[in-house]
Amino acid sequence: MLRFILSRLLQAIPVLLVVITATFLLVRCAPGGPFSAEKAVPPEVVRALEAQYRLDQPIWQQYLSYLGDLAHGEFGPSFRYPGRTVNELIAGGLPITAELAFYAMLVAILIGVCAGVIAALRPNTPQDYLPMSAAMLGICMPSFLMGPLLVLVFGIWLEWLPVSGWGELAGDKILPAITLGTGYAAYIARLSRGGMLEVMTQDYIRTARAKGLPERVVVLKHALRGGLIPVVAFLGPAFAGLLSGSFVVETIFQIPGLGRFYVQAAFNRDYTMILGTTVFFATLIVLFNLLSDIVAVWINPKLRHQLSRSR
Amino acid sequence: MMLLNVDNLNVHFHTRAGVMKAVDGVSFSVDHGEILAIVGESGSGKSVTCYSLLNLIPQPPGKIESGIALFEGRDLLSMQPDTLRRIRGNEIGIIFQDPMTSLNPYLTVGEQLIEPLLYHRNLNRQQALKRAVTMLDEVGIADPETRIHNYPHEFSGGMRQRVMIAMAMIAEPKLLICDEPTTALDVTIQAQILSLIKALQKRRIIAVIFISHDLAVVASLADRVAVMKEGRIVETGPVDDIFQKPRSGYTRTLLASIPSGSKPHPSQPSDQPLLLIDRLTTCFADNSGGWLSRQKADKKAVNEVSLTIQRGEILGLVGESGSGKSTLGRSILQLVPVTSGTVIFDGTDLVGLRQKRMTPLRRRMQMIFQDPYASLNPRMTVFDCLAEPLLYHGLATRKTVTAQVLALMDDVGLARAAIRKYPHEFSGGQRQRIAIGRAIATKPELIIADEPVSALDVTIQAQILVLILALVEKHNLTMLFISHDLSVVRYIADRIAVMHHGELVEIAETETLFANPGHDYSRKLLSAIPALSTNPTLSTRPPTKLV
Repeated sequence: MLRFILSRLLQAIPVLLVVITATFLLVRCAPGGPFSAEKAVPPEVVRALEAQYRLDQPIWQQYLSYLGDLAHGEFGPSFRYPGRTVNELIAGGLPITAELAFYAMLVAILIGVCAGVIAALRPNTPQDYLPMSAAMLGICMPSFLMGPLLVLVFGIWLEWLPVSGWGELAGDKILPAITLGTGYAAYIARLSRGGMLEVMTQDYIRTARAKGLPERVVVLKHALRGGLIPVVAFLGPAFAGLLSGSFVVETIFQIPGLGRFYVQAAFNRDYTMILGTTVFFATLIVLFNLLSDIVAVWINPKLRHQLSRSR
Repeated sequence: MMLLNVDNLNVHFHTRAGVMKAVDGVSFSVDHGEILAIVGESGSGKSVTCYSLLNLIPQPPGKIESGIALFEGRDLLSMQPDTLRRIRGNEIGIIFQDPMTSLNPYLTVGEQLIEPLLYHRNLNRQQALKRAVTMLDEVGIADPETRIHNYPHEFSGGMRQRVMIAMAMIAEPKLLICDEPTTALDVTIQAQILSLIKALQKRRIIAVIFISHDLAVVASLADRVAVMKEGRIVETGPVDDIFQKPRSGYTRTLLASIPSGSKPHPSQPSDQPLLLIDRLTTCFADNSGGWLSRQKADKKAVNEVSLTIQRGEILGLVGESGSGKSTLGRSILQLVPVTSGTVIFDGTDLVGLRQKRMTPLRRRMQMIFQDPYASLNPRMTVFDCLAEPLLYHGLATRKTVTAQVLALMDDVGLARAAIRKYPHEFSGGQRQRIAIGRAIATKPELIIADEPVSALDVTIQAQILVLILALVEKHNLTMLFISHDLSVVRYIADRIAVMHHGELVEIAETETLFANPGHDYSRKLLSAIPALSTNPTLSTRPPTKLV
């Protein structure tokens, strides 16, 4: 097992290197720079700033020294927030984004799995079509439309929930979590429907029924495990996606999370901040993929057995 | 009163193609402690009949249209779902065909075994587990206290079927339904499972409905036999009557289709060897140590096999699953990498031959695969499938190819009108005819047939065997005929080679092997074949014969 994890981590290094290099070059291809502003700044000031942030060096030297910093876990200083490092900014925004992603995940799993399983139990009936059409709608509707719609209905017309903010008013975390989670809920619903449909036709489900088990036991004990394997495999990438994709929702609801810093950094050409956040998200995606692979292996007794033997 | 009395059962499947009468007015009864066998070919409705009793058919598309099934006086078909649920697994147990897929791979066998006790007997887990250990012991699983915590994949096929039997019997049902319980198993394992079912039936005095396509299996087991065809029971009677004085024409056809004796015209093999195999070894990386473990041992699927096939000869290759017989076939054609040894085909060693020199030789050696459903490309018509080898090897031009394909179709007995049809429009037997046509298209000298008839029903199997024999004679073919079915091999082969654990344990003339097997394993294999009672209607059958 340890060898499996180690080898996967080693495989991640070239992936991350490609991500770093591509981002490093791409941000520099974009017109403008961190210190170009609308009003004219004296050229000597710009030069001084560039010298301070090593921007006057040849690009390969900048690249190498950035890699050196990364090896020590340093993302470097932010160009636009003077006196603050990228590490500090990420550490500040991450807990909020992580909390939002966590709630969104709960929403996605609860709604998604329930809808998918219910649909799979009566395929090609209204009980199937209704949740699946809703899921299609959920996949199609972008969060920048879903968010304002929810705000309009629940925040303004019904006045049940706050329209924005994070941790200030009671219930202000509900709408962002739902907005962020629905797209994934829809996808999980389709995955669990597919998985359950396949499992419900397996011979061992017929065996379970032939034993005279109540249908509830057949579904929850015998079918769910196998049926949700595709969902489990999707959870890792989904959580990484929720973390890195939260910026739209954070912008809509005025949430001071990592996503907003990320977007602002891109507008501001805050090179180190863009790079730092990208590398951070890339690492998260790799880690969560690995995690869900491990879980997917663990729930399959056949593979679990092999893992424990190779220990 | 009979234990089970089924009267005029009708089950229809409503599909897009129309209504299919899967069970069409079936009536039968089963007495206490009796074994009733229901025999029929695939699609005859025998499984649907039994599944309908417990409402286990998929609905939709299936629908029980009418009928009465009185089990101890209560009608199974009209009772409340919850009442029926209490009968399933409790008073009526079922054993399914494929033990590989019928157990839940995500739960330990213990967890699955105790469920009937938990839901029907209100035992607690401790009591149920204790009972499960006893039951596993009774069905012959060694070390049941440890094995009960294992998952299904840790058992072999035969052992899993024992677990299935334990699970069906654990709540002590009055009726046991066995749906082809040995069809997926090797012949030696089949013999063990059959005697286990018989022993349990005697000890517990339960009634059994035994569904099978295999008349020989039924002959040694059943008290009464019902023969089904196209959803109807064509004949019912005591087992001896069915086999000795069958009344219905269909029963006679079934009995006559069982390959019996040696083949009608033994071929005249020449003295020149076409294929010389010397110490051929094929290893596979053994991944059973886990896909993450470093130390990968090599498993010898074929271990130092040497044999010679004469021109014009049919050599039968028998062995159980995993004995390496298919791998040997593939190794000869270089379809799998060979580890060591030589395969000399008409003077050329094929091992390590370059692609460029192999291609022209490929034309001269062809293969027929087991599963006619999986081995034909579903997107290619009969014409595409048969024309491809002709055009690829330059045996036909665009102008002549249609005529050649039509000639091939005549050869293998396919209607010419079917030339533009796709594989799914054919039955299993017709598909195997296409596959045979594809194999003989290039006018090969050697054909390796890997279980070409084992996926087919017995009447179709008989037709395909006759076809193969006719083609071998007409085109002067040499054939390696791989099969697990000894009676099929006896019918078709001049000599038989027996494989066991990757090694060739015996090779002998067909009748010599049957009369006097030289190796222990061959003896075991021969004695495991279910024996059909001597049958006066089949006069060609020698009295001492095993089928």
